[in-house]
Amino acid sequence: MKFIDEYRDGEAAQKYAQAIANITDQPWTIMEVCGGQTHAIVKFGIDELLPSEITLVHGPGCPVCVTPIELIDKSLEIASLPDVIFCSFGDMLRVPGTYKDLLSVKAKGADIRMVYSPMDALEMAKKYPQKEVVFFAVGFETTAPANAMTVHQAYKQKIENFSVLVSHVLVPPAMKDVLCSPNNQVQGFLAAGHVCTIMGYREYEPLVEEYKIPIVVTGFEPVDILQGIYMCIKQLQEKRYELENQYTRFVHREGNTLAQNLIKEVFQVVPRKWRGMGEIPQSGLNLQDKYAQFDALKRFDINCNYAQEETKCISGLILKGVQKPDQCPLFKNHCTPEHPLGATMVSSEGACAAYYQYRKTT
Amino acid sequence: MCLAIPGKILKTTGEAFIRTGQVSFGGIIKQINLAYAPEAKVGDYVLVHVGFAIGVVDEKEANRVFEYLREMEELDELEQDLP
Ligand code: SF4
Repeated sequence: MKFIDEYRDGEAAQKYAQAIANITDQPWTIMEVCGGQTHAIVKFGIDELLPSEITLVHGPGCPVCVTPIELIDKSLEIASLPDVIFCSFGDMLRVPGTYKDLLSVKAKGADIRMVYSPMDALEMAKKYPQKEVVFFAVGFETTAPANAMTVHQAYKQKIENFSVLVSHVLVPPAMKDVLCSPNNQVQGFLAAGHVCTIMGYREYEPLVEEYKIPIVVTGFEPVDILQGIYMCIKQLQEKRYELENQYTRFVHREGNTLAQNLIKEVFQVVPRKWRGMGEIPQSGLNLQDKYAQFDALKRFDINCNYAQEETKCISGLILKGVQKPDQCPLFKNHCTPEHPLGATMVSSEGACAAYYQYRKTT
Repeated sequence: MCLAIPGKILKTTGEAFIRTGQVSFGGIIKQINLAYAPEAKVGDYVLVHVGFAIGVVDEKEANRVFEYLREMEELDELEQDLP
Protein backbone atom coordinates (compact mmCIF):
# COMPACT_ATOMS: atom_id res chain seq x y z
CA MET A 1 0.00 0.00 0.00
CA LYS A 2 1.18 3.49 -0.84
CA PHE A 3 2.82 5.33 2.08
CA ILE A 4 3.38 2.03 3.87
CA ASP A 5 5.27 -0.39 1.67
CA GLU A 6 8.06 1.97 0.68
CA TYR A 7 8.92 2.42 4.36
CA ARG A 8 9.46 -1.31 4.73
CA ASP A 9 12.21 -1.36 2.11
CA GLY A 10 14.92 -3.75 3.26
CA GLU A 11 17.76 -1.98 1.49
CA ALA A 12 16.99 1.41 3.01
CA ALA A 13 16.64 -0.27 6.42
CA GLN A 14 20.07 -1.90 6.04
CA LYS A 15 21.63 1.40 5.03
CA TYR A 16 20.24 3.13 8.09
CA ALA A 17 21.42 0.28 10.31
CA GLN A 18 24.91 0.65 8.81
CA ALA A 19 24.84 4.42 9.27
CA ILE A 20 23.88 3.92 12.92
CA ALA A 21 26.76 1.48 13.41
CA ASN A 22 29.16 3.95 11.80
CA ILE A 23 28.42 6.74 14.26
CA THR A 24 28.07 4.70 17.45
CA ASP A 25 31.16 4.40 19.65
CA GLN A 26 29.72 3.95 23.12
CA PRO A 27 26.67 2.36 24.78
CA TRP A 28 23.35 4.18 24.60
CA THR A 29 19.86 3.31 25.84
CA ILE A 30 16.87 4.60 23.91
CA MET A 31 13.20 4.16 24.70
CA GLU A 32 10.52 3.89 22.06
CA VAL A 33 7.46 5.19 23.83
CA CYS A 34 4.68 3.70 21.79
CA GLY A 35 3.53 0.07 21.87
CA GLY A 36 2.95 0.18 18.12
CA GLN A 37 6.65 0.93 17.68
CA THR A 38 7.60 -1.84 20.13
CA HIS A 39 5.54 -4.25 18.09
CA ALA A 40 7.20 -3.18 14.82
CA ILE A 41 10.70 -3.29 16.35
CA VAL A 42 10.32 -6.85 17.59
CA LYS A 43 8.32 -8.05 14.59
CA PHE A 44 10.79 -6.75 12.00
CA GLY A 45 13.81 -7.53 14.19
CA ILE A 46 14.96 -3.90 14.11
CA ASP A 47 16.80 -4.18 17.42
CA GLU A 48 18.79 -7.09 16.01
CA LEU A 49 20.04 -4.90 13.16
CA LEU A 50 21.57 -2.44 15.61
CA PRO A 51 25.13 -2.44 16.95
CA SER A 52 25.45 -4.16 20.33
CA GLU A 53 26.15 -0.82 22.04
CA ILE A 54 22.55 0.28 21.52
CA THR A 55 19.83 -0.95 23.84
CA LEU A 56 16.21 -0.30 23.00
CA VAL A 57 13.85 -0.35 25.96
CA HIS A 58 10.13 -0.41 25.58
CA GLY A 59 7.94 2.31 26.94
CA PRO A 60 4.53 2.64 28.55
CA GLY A 61 2.71 3.55 25.34
CA CYS A 62 0.11 0.82 25.21
CA PRO A 63 -3.28 2.00 26.51
CA VAL A 64 -4.60 -1.54 26.64
CA CYS A 65 -1.70 -2.53 28.92
CA VAL A 66 -1.96 0.41 31.28
CA THR A 67 -5.73 0.51 31.84
CA PRO A 68 -6.04 -0.14 35.60
CA ILE A 69 -7.44 -3.49 36.66
CA GLU A 70 -10.14 -1.77 38.75
CA LEU A 71 -11.53 -0.23 35.60
CA ILE A 72 -11.45 -3.56 33.78
CA ASP A 73 -13.42 -5.01 36.70
CA LYS A 74 -15.92 -2.17 36.42
CA SER A 75 -16.26 -2.73 32.68
CA LEU A 76 -17.09 -6.38 33.40
CA GLU A 77 -19.75 -5.40 35.92
CA ILE A 78 -21.35 -2.88 33.56
CA ALA A 79 -21.22 -5.26 30.61
CA SER A 80 -23.01 -7.91 32.67
CA LEU A 81 -25.97 -5.67 33.49
CA PRO A 82 -29.27 -6.50 31.79
CA ASP A 83 -30.26 -4.17 28.96
CA VAL A 84 -26.68 -3.01 28.41
CA ILE A 85 -24.89 -3.29 25.09
CA PHE A 86 -21.20 -2.91 25.88
CA CYS A 87 -19.01 -1.79 22.97
CA SER A 88 -15.25 -1.92 22.86
CA PHE A 89 -12.27 -2.00 20.57
CA GLY A 90 -11.24 -5.61 20.00
CA ASP A 91 -7.97 -5.41 21.90
CA MET A 92 -9.72 -4.77 25.22
CA LEU A 93 -11.79 -7.95 25.14
CA ARG A 94 -9.08 -10.28 26.45
CA VAL A 95 -7.60 -7.99 29.06
CA PRO A 96 -7.88 -9.86 32.37
CA GLY A 97 -9.66 -8.24 35.27
CA THR A 98 -9.29 -9.69 38.73
CA TYR A 99 -11.32 -12.82 37.95
CA LYS A 100 -12.41 -12.72 34.32
CA ASP A 101 -12.30 -10.82 31.03
CA LEU A 102 -14.88 -9.35 28.64
CA LEU A 103 -14.78 -12.37 26.34
CA SER A 104 -15.66 -14.79 29.14
CA VAL A 105 -18.47 -12.48 30.28
CA LYS A 106 -19.71 -12.42 26.70
CA ALA A 107 -19.64 -16.20 26.58
CA LYS A 108 -21.93 -16.17 29.63
CA GLY A 109 -24.48 -14.14 27.69
CA ALA A 110 -23.55 -10.48 28.13
CA ASP A 111 -24.17 -8.36 25.04
CA ILE A 112 -20.63 -7.25 24.20
CA ARG A 113 -19.79 -5.98 20.75
CA MET A 114 -16.50 -5.22 19.13
CA VAL A 115 -16.53 -1.95 17.20
CA TYR A 116 -14.06 -0.37 14.80
CA SER A 117 -14.91 3.21 15.74
CA PRO A 118 -16.62 4.86 18.75
CA MET A 119 -19.07 6.29 16.24
CA ASP A 120 -20.29 2.74 15.59
CA ALA A 121 -21.25 2.55 19.27
CA LEU A 122 -23.19 5.80 18.99
CA GLU A 123 -25.02 4.43 15.95
CA MET A 124 -25.85 1.36 17.99
CA ALA A 125 -27.40 3.58 20.68
CA LYS A 126 -29.62 5.21 18.06
CA LYS A 127 -30.62 1.83 16.70
CA TYR A 128 -31.54 0.36 20.09
CA PRO A 129 -33.16 3.22 22.03
CA GLN A 130 -34.53 0.82 24.66
CA LYS A 131 -30.99 -0.37 25.54
CA GLU A 132 -28.15 1.36 27.36
CA VAL A 133 -25.13 1.46 25.06
CA VAL A 134 -21.77 1.89 26.77
CA PHE A 135 -18.47 2.47 24.96
CA PHE A 136 -15.14 1.63 26.61
CA ALA A 137 -13.21 4.80 25.75
CA VAL A 138 -9.55 3.90 26.17
CA GLY A 139 -6.58 5.33 24.38
CA PHE A 140 -3.88 7.94 24.15
CA GLU A 141 -4.05 11.35 22.49
CA THR A 142 -4.36 9.60 19.11
CA THR A 143 -7.76 8.16 20.03
CA ALA A 144 -9.03 11.09 22.09
CA PRO A 145 -10.36 13.12 19.11
CA ALA A 146 -12.54 10.22 17.94
CA ASN A 147 -13.92 9.69 21.42
CA ALA A 148 -14.38 13.43 21.95
CA MET A 149 -16.32 13.75 18.70
CA THR A 150 -18.54 10.81 19.61
CA VAL A 151 -19.45 12.28 23.01
CA HIS A 152 -19.94 15.70 21.44
CA GLN A 153 -22.30 14.23 18.85
CA ALA A 154 -24.20 12.32 21.55
CA TYR A 155 -24.63 15.64 23.37
CA LYS A 156 -25.72 17.54 20.30
CA GLN A 157 -28.09 14.86 19.12
CA LYS A 158 -29.36 14.27 22.68
CA ILE A 159 -28.70 10.54 22.63
CA GLU A 160 -29.65 9.68 26.19
CA ASN A 161 -29.00 5.96 26.19
CA PHE A 162 -25.30 6.37 25.36
CA SER A 163 -22.40 6.62 27.80
CA VAL A 164 -18.65 6.11 27.91
CA LEU A 165 -16.37 4.38 30.38
CA VAL A 166 -13.33 6.64 30.10
CA SER A 167 -9.77 5.51 30.64
CA HIS A 168 -7.79 8.00 28.62
CA VAL A 169 -4.08 8.49 29.22
CA LEU A 170 -1.53 11.09 28.11
CA VAL A 171 1.99 10.40 26.93
CA PRO A 172 4.19 13.32 28.14
CA PRO A 173 3.46 12.81 31.88
CA ALA A 174 4.38 9.12 31.52
CA MET A 175 7.68 10.05 29.83
CA LYS A 176 8.37 12.41 32.69
CA ASP A 177 7.57 9.62 35.13
CA VAL A 178 10.11 7.38 33.38
CA LEU A 179 12.77 10.09 33.59
CA CYS A 180 12.07 10.73 37.28
CA SER A 181 12.39 7.08 38.20
CA PRO A 182 15.49 6.63 40.43
CA ASN A 183 16.80 3.77 38.30
CA ASN A 184 16.12 5.45 34.98
CA GLN A 185 18.45 4.35 32.19
CA VAL A 186 16.80 6.09 29.27
CA GLN A 187 19.09 8.56 27.46
CA GLY A 188 16.92 9.35 24.46
CA PHE A 189 13.31 8.97 23.36
CA LEU A 190 11.56 8.08 20.16
CA ALA A 191 8.27 9.93 20.67
CA ALA A 192 5.04 8.41 19.38
CA GLY A 193 4.32 9.71 15.87
CA HIS A 194 0.56 9.41 15.83
CA VAL A 195 0.13 11.00 19.24
CA CYS A 196 2.12 13.92 17.79
CA THR A 197 -0.03 14.00 14.64
CA ILE A 198 -2.77 15.17 16.98
CA MET A 199 -0.87 17.08 19.66
CA GLY A 200 2.14 18.37 17.75
CA TYR A 201 5.37 18.37 19.72
CA ARG A 202 5.45 21.60 21.67
CA GLU A 203 4.69 19.72 24.91
CA TYR A 204 7.93 17.77 24.56
CA GLU A 205 10.18 20.80 24.27
CA PRO A 206 10.17 21.48 28.04
CA LEU A 207 11.10 17.82 28.66
CA VAL A 208 14.09 18.17 26.31
CA GLU A 209 15.22 21.27 28.16
CA GLU A 210 14.58 20.11 31.69
CA TYR A 211 16.08 16.64 31.36
CA LYS A 212 18.65 17.45 28.67
CA ILE A 213 17.51 14.49 26.63
CA PRO A 214 17.07 14.10 22.87
CA ILE A 215 13.52 13.39 21.71
CA VAL A 216 12.84 12.38 18.10
CA VAL A 217 9.22 12.23 16.93
CA THR A 218 9.20 8.94 15.02
CA GLY A 219 6.91 6.96 12.74
CA PHE A 220 5.97 3.31 12.81
CA GLU A 221 7.46 1.59 9.81
CA PRO A 222 10.92 -0.02 9.96
CA VAL A 223 12.70 2.67 7.92
CA ASP A 224 11.02 5.39 10.01
CA ILE A 225 12.10 3.77 13.25
CA LEU A 226 15.67 3.26 12.05
CA GLN A 227 15.91 6.87 10.92
CA GLY A 228 14.51 7.95 14.30
CA ILE A 229 17.16 5.88 16.07
CA TYR A 230 19.87 7.32 13.80
CA MET A 231 18.79 10.89 14.56
CA CYS A 232 18.68 10.16 18.28
CA ILE A 233 22.10 8.45 18.38
CA LYS A 234 23.61 11.25 16.30
CA GLN A 235 22.45 13.76 18.89
CA LEU A 236 23.80 11.66 21.74
CA GLN A 237 27.17 11.18 20.05
CA GLU A 238 27.40 14.90 19.34
CA LYS A 239 26.29 15.72 22.90
CA ARG A 240 23.25 17.59 21.68
CA TYR A 241 19.76 17.37 23.10
CA GLU A 242 17.05 18.64 20.82
CA LEU A 243 13.55 17.97 19.70
CA GLU A 244 13.67 16.57 16.18
CA ASN A 245 10.90 15.36 13.92
CA GLN A 246 11.48 12.29 11.79
CA TYR A 247 7.80 11.85 10.89
CA THR A 248 7.39 15.03 8.86
CA ARG A 249 4.90 13.52 6.45
CA PHE A 250 2.32 13.39 9.24
CA VAL A 251 3.54 15.59 12.09
CA HIS A 252 3.79 19.38 12.40
CA ARG A 253 4.86 21.27 15.46
CA GLU A 254 1.34 22.58 16.11
CA GLY A 255 -0.41 19.26 15.52
CA ASN A 256 -4.08 19.07 14.56
CA THR A 257 -5.59 22.09 16.30
CA LEU A 258 -9.18 21.23 15.36
CA ALA A 259 -8.78 17.91 17.14
CA GLN A 260 -7.04 19.53 20.11
CA ASN A 261 -9.91 21.99 20.47
CA LEU A 262 -12.54 19.30 20.60
CA ILE A 263 -10.48 17.27 23.07
CA LYS A 264 -10.40 20.35 25.34
CA GLU A 265 -14.11 20.93 24.85
CA VAL A 266 -15.05 17.41 25.95
CA PHE A 267 -12.25 16.30 28.27
CA GLN A 268 -10.37 17.67 31.25
CA VAL A 269 -6.93 16.62 32.43
CA VAL A 270 -7.00 14.51 35.61
CA PRO A 271 -4.62 12.29 37.60
CA ARG A 272 -4.75 8.67 36.41
CA LYS A 273 -3.64 5.35 37.71
CA TRP A 274 -1.61 3.31 35.19
CA ARG A 275 -1.61 -0.45 35.48
CA GLY A 276 1.87 -1.47 36.59
CA MET A 277 3.01 2.12 37.17
CA GLY A 278 0.70 3.56 39.83
CA GLU A 279 -0.89 6.99 39.81
CA ILE A 280 0.71 9.68 37.65
CA PRO A 281 -0.38 13.30 38.17
CA GLN A 282 -2.23 15.02 35.32
CA SER A 283 -1.74 11.98 33.12
CA GLY A 284 -5.28 11.22 31.99
CA LEU A 285 -8.47 12.62 30.56
CA ASN A 286 -11.95 12.51 31.98
CA LEU A 287 -15.19 14.11 30.79
CA GLN A 288 -15.76 17.80 31.42
CA ASP A 289 -18.64 18.56 33.79
CA LYS A 290 -20.71 19.69 30.80
CA TYR A 291 -20.58 16.12 29.48
CA ALA A 292 -20.81 14.32 32.84
CA GLN A 293 -24.20 12.87 31.90
CA PHE A 294 -22.33 10.55 29.52
CA ASP A 295 -20.05 9.17 32.22
CA ALA A 296 -20.84 5.47 32.59
CA LEU A 297 -19.31 5.40 36.08
CA LYS A 298 -21.89 7.99 37.16
CA ARG A 299 -24.76 6.38 35.29
CA PHE A 300 -24.25 2.89 36.71
CA ASP A 301 -23.56 2.55 40.39
CA ILE A 302 -20.80 -0.01 40.31
CA ASN A 303 -18.99 -1.23 43.36
CA CYS A 304 -16.24 -3.78 43.07
CA ASN A 305 -13.16 -3.01 45.05
CA TYR A 306 -11.57 -6.42 45.09
CA ALA A 307 -8.93 -5.55 42.57
CA GLN A 308 -5.30 -6.08 43.41
CA GLU A 309 -2.40 -5.28 41.14
CA GLU A 310 -0.46 -8.34 40.02
CA THR A 311 2.50 -9.05 42.26
CA LYS A 312 5.24 -11.25 40.83
CA CYS A 313 4.95 -9.60 37.45
CA ILE A 314 7.65 -7.03 36.66
CA SER A 315 5.60 -5.18 34.05
CA GLY A 316 5.94 -1.91 35.98
CA LEU A 317 9.71 -2.08 35.52
CA ILE A 318 9.30 -3.04 31.87
CA LEU A 319 6.97 -0.10 31.22
CA LYS A 320 9.58 2.19 32.74
CA GLY A 321 12.34 0.72 30.60
CA VAL A 322 14.28 -0.70 33.55
CA GLN A 323 13.90 -4.36 32.57
CA LYS A 324 13.10 -6.42 29.50
CA PRO A 325 10.42 -9.10 29.15
CA ASP A 326 12.84 -12.04 29.02
CA GLN A 327 14.21 -10.99 32.40
CA CYS A 328 10.89 -11.84 34.03
CA PRO A 329 10.95 -15.30 35.67
CA LEU A 330 7.32 -15.87 34.67
CA PHE A 331 7.84 -15.02 31.01
CA LYS A 332 6.75 -17.86 28.71
CA ASN A 333 6.49 -20.53 31.38
CA HIS A 334 3.68 -19.11 33.52
CA CYS A 335 2.74 -16.01 31.61
CA THR A 336 1.57 -16.28 28.00
CA PRO A 337 -0.81 -14.30 25.79
CA GLU A 338 -3.46 -16.97 26.48
CA HIS A 339 -2.93 -16.61 30.24
CA PRO A 340 -1.44 -13.18 30.75
CA LEU A 341 -0.34 -12.40 34.28
CA GLY A 342 0.46 -8.77 33.71
CA ALA A 343 -0.15 -5.61 31.81
CA THR A 344 2.50 -6.03 29.15
CA MET A 345 1.43 -9.55 28.11
CA VAL A 346 -2.17 -8.46 27.66
CA SER A 347 -2.11 -6.57 24.39
CA SER A 348 -0.25 -7.52 21.25
CA GLU A 349 1.44 -4.14 21.58
CA GLY A 350 2.71 -4.94 25.05
CA ALA A 351 6.43 -5.65 25.18
CA CYS A 352 6.01 -9.13 26.74
CA ALA A 353 3.46 -10.18 24.12
CA ALA A 354 5.67 -8.90 21.30
CA TYR A 355 8.67 -10.84 22.64
CA TYR A 356 6.49 -13.92 23.09
CA GLN A 357 5.22 -13.75 19.55
CA TYR A 358 8.37 -12.83 17.63
CA ARG A 359 11.47 -13.65 19.69
CA LYS A 360 12.58 -17.18 19.01
CA THR A 361 15.82 -17.20 20.93
CA THR A 362 14.59 -16.71 24.49
CA MET B 1 -3.89 0.77 19.59
CA CYS B 2 -2.52 3.98 18.12
CA LEU B 3 -2.38 2.22 14.79
CA ALA B 4 -3.28 4.61 12.03
CA ILE B 5 -3.03 3.86 8.33
CA PRO B 6 -3.03 6.01 5.22
CA GLY B 7 -5.84 5.68 2.70
CA LYS B 8 -6.92 7.54 -0.41
CA ILE B 9 -10.10 9.62 -0.48
CA LEU B 10 -12.43 8.57 -3.31
CA LYS B 11 -15.47 10.69 -2.52
CA THR B 12 -16.68 13.10 0.17
CA THR B 13 -20.12 14.08 1.48
CA GLY B 14 -21.46 16.54 4.05
CA GLU B 15 -19.49 19.30 5.69
CA ALA B 16 -17.82 20.44 8.94
CA PHE B 17 -18.29 17.95 11.80
CA ILE B 18 -20.34 15.56 9.74
CA ARG B 19 -18.14 15.52 6.66
CA THR B 20 -17.31 11.97 5.72
CA GLY B 21 -15.53 10.32 2.86
CA GLN B 22 -15.09 7.01 1.15
CA VAL B 23 -11.50 6.08 1.77
CA SER B 24 -9.68 3.24 0.05
CA PHE B 25 -7.06 1.25 1.91
CA GLY B 26 -5.42 -0.69 -0.87
CA GLY B 27 -8.84 -1.51 -2.32
CA ILE B 28 -10.76 -1.97 0.92
CA ILE B 29 -13.20 0.93 1.14
CA LYS B 30 -14.46 2.41 4.38
CA GLN B 31 -16.62 5.37 5.32
CA ILE B 32 -14.37 7.72 7.29
CA ASN B 33 -15.15 10.84 9.31
CA LEU B 34 -13.25 13.82 7.86
CA ALA B 35 -14.15 16.42 10.50
CA TYR B 36 -10.52 16.77 11.60
CA ALA B 37 -9.14 16.99 8.06
CA PRO B 38 -11.24 19.75 6.48
CA GLU B 39 -8.53 20.48 3.91
CA ALA B 40 -8.52 16.91 2.57
CA LYS B 41 -9.78 16.57 -1.01
CA VAL B 42 -10.64 13.68 -3.27
CA GLY B 43 -7.36 12.06 -4.30
CA ASP B 44 -5.54 13.04 -1.10
CA TYR B 45 -4.17 10.46 1.30
CA VAL B 46 -5.38 10.77 4.87
CA LEU B 47 -4.07 9.08 8.00
CA VAL B 48 -6.97 7.18 9.55
CA HIS B 49 -7.40 6.00 13.13
CA VAL B 50 -10.60 4.36 14.49
CA GLY B 51 -12.76 5.75 11.72
CA PHE B 52 -11.40 9.30 11.79
CA ALA B 53 -8.95 11.02 9.49
CA ILE B 54 -6.44 12.64 11.85
CA GLY B 55 -4.16 14.19 9.25
CA VAL B 56 -3.42 14.54 5.57
CA VAL B 57 -0.22 13.04 4.16
CA ASP B 58 2.27 15.75 3.31
CA GLU B 59 3.35 14.31 -0.02
CA LYS B 60 6.28 16.72 -0.30
CA GLU B 61 7.66 15.38 2.97
CA ALA B 62 6.96 11.73 2.19
CA ASN B 63 10.33 11.23 0.52
CA ARG B 64 12.36 12.89 3.25
CA VAL B 65 13.34 9.56 4.80
CA PHE B 66 15.06 8.50 1.59
CA GLU B 67 16.49 11.92 0.74
CA TYR B 68 18.09 12.02 4.18
CA LEU B 69 19.70 8.68 3.44
CA ARG B 70 21.01 9.95 0.08
CA GLU B 71 22.39 13.10 1.64
CA MET B 72 24.20 11.02 4.23
CA GLU B 73 25.74 8.85 1.55
CA GLU B 74 26.85 11.83 -0.48
CA LEU B 75 28.41 13.36 2.60
CA ASP B 76 30.24 10.09 3.22
CA GLU B 77 31.59 10.00 -0.31
CA LEU B 78 32.66 13.61 -0.06
CA GLU B 79 34.57 12.87 3.13
CA GLN B 80 36.24 9.86 1.55
CA ASP B 81 37.26 11.92 -1.46
CA LEU B 82 38.96 14.54 0.67
CA PRO B 83 42.71 14.03 0.95
S1 SF4 C 1 6.04 -11.94 31.33
FE1 SF4 C 1 4.01 -11.70 32.29
S2 SF4 C 1 4.41 -11.70 34.46
FE2 SF4 C 1 6.36 -11.26 33.44
S3 SF4 C 1 6.46 -9.03 33.29
FE3 SF4 C 1 5.54 -9.74 31.38
S4 SF4 C 1 3.36 -9.60 31.84
FE4 SF4 C 1 4.33 -9.56 33.82
